[in-house]
Amino acid sequence: MKPAPFDYFAPTSLEEALEKLTDLGYSGKVLAGGQSLIPAMNFRMARPAALVDLNKVTELSYIKPTQDGGLAIGTMTRDSAIEDSEVVKRLFPIIAEVMPNIAHKQIRNRGTFGGAVAHADPAAQIPALSLLLDAKMKIQSKKGDRWVDAQDFFMGPFMTVLEPEDLLTEVLLPGLVPGTGTSYKQISRQRGGYAQAAAISKVVMDGIKVKDVRVVLFSVAETPVLTKEPVRVLVGQVPTTEAIEAVAEYVAQNECDPGTDIHGTAEYRRNLVRVLVRRSLTEAVERARK
Amino acid sequence: MADKMKVKITVNGTLYEREVEPRLLLSDFIRHDLGLTGTHVGCEHGLCGACTVLMNGEAVRSCILFTVMADGADIKTVESLGTMEKMHPIQEAFQEKHALQCGFCTPGFLMTTVEYLGKNPNPTAEEAREAIDGNFCRCTGYENIVEAVQLAAKKMAAHEQ
Repeated sequence: MKPAPFDYFAPTSLEEALEKLTDLGYSGKVLAGGQSLIPAMNFRMARPAALVDLNKVTELSYIKPTQDGGLAIGTMTRDSAIEDSEVVKRLFPIIAEVMPNIAHKQIRNRGTFGGAVAHADPAAQIPALSLLLDAKMKIQSKKGDRWVDAQDFFMGPFMTVLEPEDLLTEVLLPGLVPGTGTSYKQISRQRGGYAQAAAISKVVMDGIKVKDVRVVLFSVAETPVLTKEPVRVLVGQVPTTEAIEAVAEYVAQNECDPGTDIHGTAEYRRNLVRVLVRRSLTEAVERARK
Repeated sequence: MADKMKVKITVNGTLYEREVEPRLLLSDFIRHDLGLTGTHVGCEHGLCGACTVLMNGEAVRSCILFTVMADGADIKTVESLGTMEKMHPIQEAFQEKHALQCGFCTPGFLMTTVEYLGKNPNPTAEEAREAIDGNFCRCTGYENIVEAVQLAAKKMAAHEQ
């Protein structure tokens, strides 16, 4: 239960961190909050030759409102800072709703927003949130900067488009349309435990009809899933109980690929998806109507 | 073998300057290098919460932090709370409510409660339960611990008056 030896670097500026990542190439690994990486290293499931610790790069920790009513979140911003942020609550109530479900306070005090995105755990809340909110990922390296949409960022379980010399430095969340309703539903075996299945919905209404809708699932496939059926079926329609139920049923049967493990069977998880999509969509519609 | 790194860490008000391997866990630094064995190590992968300490006032799991990450930090362990003669109000509350049996998990619960009550001085039972959701107790169960957290809040409020 002790990590294997590694070389350790603690740059104090972004410039220095990028330099070090380029030098190290495939032997280097970024250490953000460490709340997933260090347990994996304690088990020796992960044995990076060198760590580049970002905890002294204070310029990467910020929550900045943008002109379009969105937020720019620095990659090293602690989960607890986001959870406690008034501006996050005001602009993105869904983030405030989701945060307390992420592990426990002791973990959120160290875990970081960007670290969770880059770690790309298929059972994690923050990658799914970034997909729901159409986040733009700012990726920097010595070679230059680029932006990648959340939809193109996640490649597989714990796999993203990030190259060894790349650093995810900021997650940019575009502002929500006024009147957007959002809702989060998850089932886990205990508070703070991994969700067995979860659904997050975002709905914009135009009178009694749906103008825009997004439903993201996680913990039920190799990456978070941006579902297609809700957009195809509900946009321009009145979101009746029957319509929502039909969408939830379709999504559960066709748009996820849950596995079986000690905590539940694939069939059980599919059923959870059906129930959670129905609940979160229904609540998001109600909130959008207010 | 990776080179040793110099760290300066304040623990319970004393500044320690040490050379450590980068892979040394903060929990092991506290227990083995400093001899402060009040901090317990249970699961050693961030699940059980027994190793909870305060880092710059925030509750953290010391078994999933490298000591080098705490360079420059202010750490508080359970030894900072009270003495045998004069216990901390949270310790008194745990004793009075029988909120421990074997006591292995207790240092973690105490340190979690210190941070929590600092920010939420008057929790309901439900809130107290949420506050300790990151700590496992494998013998007494949680009812008495929840009561102890609430009693501690009352004691601390009375203390301040």
